[in-house]
Amino acid sequence: MGGFSADKIFNDSHLDVMKELGSMGTAHAATALAKLINRKVTMPVPNVSWVEFSNVADFMGGPDSTVVGILVSVTGQIQGMMMFLMPLPAARSLTKAFLGAMGAPLPMEREEGSIEFDEMEHSVIEEAGNIMISSYLSSMAGLTNINFKPSVPFVAIDMAQAILSVPAIEFGKMADRVLFLESQIQVQAEEGKENVDCSGCFILVPNLHSFYRILRALGVE
Amino acid sequence: MLAGMIVVGMADLKVAKTPGALTTLGLGSCVGVALYDAKVKVGGLAHFMLPDSKQIQNNSNIAKFADTAIEQLIKDMERLGATRFNMKAKIAGGAQMFAFNATNDNLRIGDRNVEATLRLLKQYNIPLLARETGENFGRTVELYADDGRFVIKAVGRGTKTV
Repeated sequence: MGGFSADKIFNDSHLDVMKELGSMGTAHAATALAKLINRKVTMPVPNVSWVEFSNVADFMGGPDSTVVGILVSVTGQIQGMMMFLMPLPAARSLTKAFLGAMGAPLPMEREEGSIEFDEMEHSVIEEAGNIMISSYLSSMAGLTNINFKPSVPFVAIDMAQAILSVPAIEFGKMADRVLFLESQIQVQAEEGKENVDCSGCFILVPNLHSFYRILRALGVE
Repeated sequence: MLAGMIVVGMADLKVAKTPGALTTLGLGSCVGVALYDAKVKVGGLAHFMLPDSKQIQNNSNIAKFADTAIEQLIKDMERLGATRFNMKAKIAGGAQMFAFNATNDNLRIGDRNVEATLRLLKQYNIPLLARETGENFGRTVELYADDGRFVIKAVGRGTKTV
């Protein structure tokens, strides 16, 4: 092993700060989702960890499990990517809950494991993801006083590892592991309402320089 | 998937002798290169992420880059009795998973990975027999060391053997 190893540079207090930041971001995103689908949404404590390339898809059910990913690339003072990932059934639930809350007609039932989404469902996923990611980023921008410029959202429905290869490659230019800031959101069961499980997971992958910038902005050296 | 199949992770490479088989799951913008020597029935599979180790400061993991991964894969296969002269290649991956406006080099990494692979195979004089690359979907591949068949699977697109 030689050269520059990013994974050795961060200590536990850096990771704790990122976790706190992720927690605020997720809380904002969860509130935005709760409004969209008119349900209670909760979030467990986020997880921040260095993940081996071979294990990037473990938290999404393994490399070849089918997931829906919404990706926004971030420019401005921070360079990086932000993704919201959901297992396939969660994406179905989310579209249903979203359209239901708007009083719109519900999408047709599809076979388990089908990756077919019609135009309306596709836009719902894109929009829901976009709203959550934007809320997350604007919370981070507020806390750090750094300007985050999100791109329009892009959606992919595919194998988890294939989707995660995009941020992994970006990080792979600088390190031999990926720093994942991973936080979940869960829709709560409520009496008298159909059970919706559209739990998903955010990952924020800043490039290393941006990472330092965020830490510095928060007074951590 | 065959029981006892050897799994190659992201930024990883492995070799196998007949009757063994190798697989790598969910190639996105990464490229999977399968090399096979039919004479001794030895195969090798690499799953790399980036085209060039020389452009990157932190390059200690050789399986992460096309140039260093292919070089190592050939060496490991030679250790199992294969000869470079007899090797043939089949490749898959290099997709663009998200429909970015792909003018930015950083965002068309899949294409660049494929271009680097083709260039390197040419440089090593290894003929390319099959290529399932590009587009916008992920692929899982399997290489069987008994006959060198290369199986490509994609979500909702069935299975293809080359």
